[in-house]
Amino acid sequence: MSNGARYDVVVIGGGNAGLCAAFTARERGARVLVLERAPRALRGGNSRHTRNLRCAHAAPTELLTDAYPEEELLADLERTNEGETDEALAQLVAARSNECVPWMTGLGARFQAALRGTLQLKRTNAFFLGGGTALMNTYYAAAEKLGIDIRYDAEVTELAIRDGTFAWATVCSNGATDEIHANAVVVAAGGFEANLDWLREAWGDAARNFIVRGTPYNTGTMLRALLDAGAAPVGDPRECHAVAIDGRAPKFDGGIVTRLDCVPLGIVVDRDGARFYDEGEDAWPKRYAIWGKLVARQRDQVAYSIVDAKVRGLYMPSVYPAIEAASIRELAARLELPAERLEATVAAFNRAVQPGSFDHTRLDDCRTVGLAPDKTHWAQRLDTPPYAAYPLRPGITFTYLSVRVDAAARVLAAHGEPFENVYAAGEVMAGNVLRKGYIAGIGMTIGTVFGRIAGESAARHATK
Amino acid sequence: MQQNELTREGARVMTVCNSCRYCEQYCPAFQAMEQRLTFATADLNYLANLCHGCGECLYACQYAPPHEFAINVPKTFARLRVQSYEQYAWPAALGAAFRRQGVSLALLLALGMAALLLAAAVAVNGGALLAPGTGADFYAVVPHRVMVALFGGVGLFVLVALTVGVVRCRRDFAAAEPHERSGLAGSGRARAWHDVFTLRHLHVDGRDCVTALEVRTPWRRWLHHATFYGFLLCFASTSVATLYHFSGLPAPYDYASAPVLLGTLGGLSLALGTAGLLLQHRRRDAELSDPAQAGLDRAFLVLLLLTAVSGLLLLALRERAVMGVLLVAHLGIVLALFVTLPYGKLVHGLYRTAALLKYRAHVEHRQAG
Repeated sequence: MSNGARYDVVVIGGGNAGLCAAFTARERGARVLVLERAPRALRGGNSRHTRNLRCAHAAPTELLTDAYPEEELLADLERTNEGETDEALAQLVAARSNECVPWMTGLGARFQAALRGTLQLKRTNAFFLGGGTALMNTYYAAAEKLGIDIRYDAEVTELAIRDGTFAWATVCSNGATDEIHANAVVVAAGGFEANLDWLREAWGDAARNFIVRGTPYNTGTMLRALLDAGAAPVGDPRECHAVAIDGRAPKFDGGIVTRLDCVPLGIVVDRDGARFYDEGEDAWPKRYAIWGKLVARQRDQVAYSIVDAKVRGLYMPSVYPAIEAASIRELAARLELPAERLEATVAAFNRAVQPGSFDHTRLDDCRTVGLAPDKTHWAQRLDTPPYAAYPLRPGITFTYLSVRVDAAARVLAAHGEPFENVYAAGEVMAGNVLRKGYIAGIGMTIGTVFGRIAGESAARHATK
Repeated sequence: MQQNELTREGARVMTVCNSCRYCEQYCPAFQAMEQRLTFATADLNYLANLCHGCGECLYACQYAPPHEFAINVPKTFARLRVQSYEQYAWPAALGAAFRRQGVSLALLLALGMAALLLAAAVAVNGGALLAPGTGADFYAVVPHRVMVALFGGVGLFVLVALTVGVVRCRRDFAAAEPHERSGLAGSGRARAWHDVFTLRHLHVDGRDCVTALEVRTPWRRWLHHATFYGFLLCFASTSVATLYHFSGLPAPYDYASAPVLLGTLGGLSLALGTAGLLLQHRRRDAELSDPAQAGLDRAFLVLLLLTAVSGLLLLALRERAVMGVLLVAHLGIVLALFVTLPYGKLVHGLYRTAALLKYRAHVEHRQAG
């Protein structure tokens, strides 16, 4: 198809949600174009860093153990979001999550059983063989085979939406500018997590020290364009999925390897050498997602996880080497922390540790008493050199600020009326469901479920 | 690349992989990696030799170039493998040969060997070379005792060199932490050998290995099978012929005899396999291997292909006058193949087998303990 040709559906964003929309629209007979801002080698948005998706199932499957009823998935969503979720859309995600794996398999996706390190998810999450990049490769190959047109290095600079009706998108690729006309548009271009200026609007100067775990291409230009065109916003611009990662990670695209799993096994101190939160509050996978925001609130948005020799080897290996020292004083010097303060923190912590039987695989009875804050599990004295430390920074995965959508993935205007032919899927609308918290793999579930819905709605509108 | 630089790079790559682990179900190399926190040269040698170069992990990698981490496991492992071949080579001075191999060198060597044989044949019995007469009597051209002395001597050297290599390899792998219990139960050993002979890890999850992004074909595996089993059939043919000879049944053998049937089948299979693999090499994404090793791979394939083709020609034309020259050419090629065996691509099969046996022993040990 030539550049001037009119498409039925244009999909903006070539990650999981966008491709799922493209497949579904194509299955309905639509002529589909996918505009992917990244070059081919870095295609797939944040999906290239993912590994699994969460799916409800009534009985054990080849991949998933036991049962994970829809109601339980919904309850997990509601709990982590403190009840602040669009109930109807969350229910839709839960209900349709069980269709994902068979549908994806039909497109050639391969899965694997959960192994060491991810066993806690073997009941709830289906793992992609080789991870999200492998899945994206499979999807792009399938898209080509199905006759879906794909343009890489294609940045949409303008979305022409007049009175709720999409007319064309202005695309800049390889220096040339082009107008793409289509009967419907699906926006699946992610959040604004890679837009440092926008992050600063939300977080102030603290945003300077955020590390973006995923693609540098998610700058939120499409989210902004939809909001400017009158789409109703949903969610707080400060809310996001952020975890504490190794402070030495690259500014963008560091992905999974920058995470640190040692937090619950030691203590975490701020720039002043003081503890600030219960490191042993709950099993790490459950608390993993709160530490990004915790660190973001500390001075200079930095903290240090400190462990001793007793627990080395009990957590997933880190990509950057531990900063080691034979004494706490020496460690403080290496971390440029106030030595006396850090020594005092460790001494007070060690004094407060109660006897117990340490077991890092369950919520054990090792805790401190009399500290503010106490450490409620896995509290062991820090007394065995060499001591090891890792610097922590907030690692932002994706932002929750979204455009409001309905159950047909139609983008809603501020007064609640749907736009005529504008649909959204993935991170750009995930905030309808996620307002506060995150559960592993739910981003890919939302992307797949709403990608399929958006593709179907768009194709129905475009080809009628 | 200097040895230290390469092993440092290997350790860097494995450190990134070990904190990612998305590829853990592709193959044993990643599962063995996960048992380690540090990567010394012995560990890297073991992991690199476990890798079959299927290529899946390059395309699946979120850190592959152009990402700044620039992770390319198949290429890194390919480089480490050749370094391990050099490390295990006997005599050590010849280890450098792994890096110098190339098609033209192999051809020159074959030509040199053939020239030597030619000179010897002319000196001994010049007339028989050009007019070998009927009856396909190879020994009239190159006397049997000359063949036995030449191939026996070279064969013995090759056997010693390969054995020393395997011993060094196993010793090195044993130094790779963590230690497994020595010995392997029957079922585990059977499983390991099954993996060796089926190239199981070239078809992850029932699918074929990649030749390019999302291009999976069975050809590489089938062509390797044709090459390997063709080679074994040729070897069997020679062994049977040797047995026949010493039981008073001298060559030439009938077209329907075991040596000729085995040799014909093996030669055809070997020719098909090696020619196919040579073509495959060109089509495969260059990022999946170490370009510096193209010579090593092709030299071995070319010598095997020439061995097969010249052997088949010799068989077809053994009653003709051209037989004498063909025989000398064939023997020259085989000699060149023989002397390069311990310093050529053949060793990958031996060391990979050692790695798979160690891996299986370790899996059993883990399951038991």
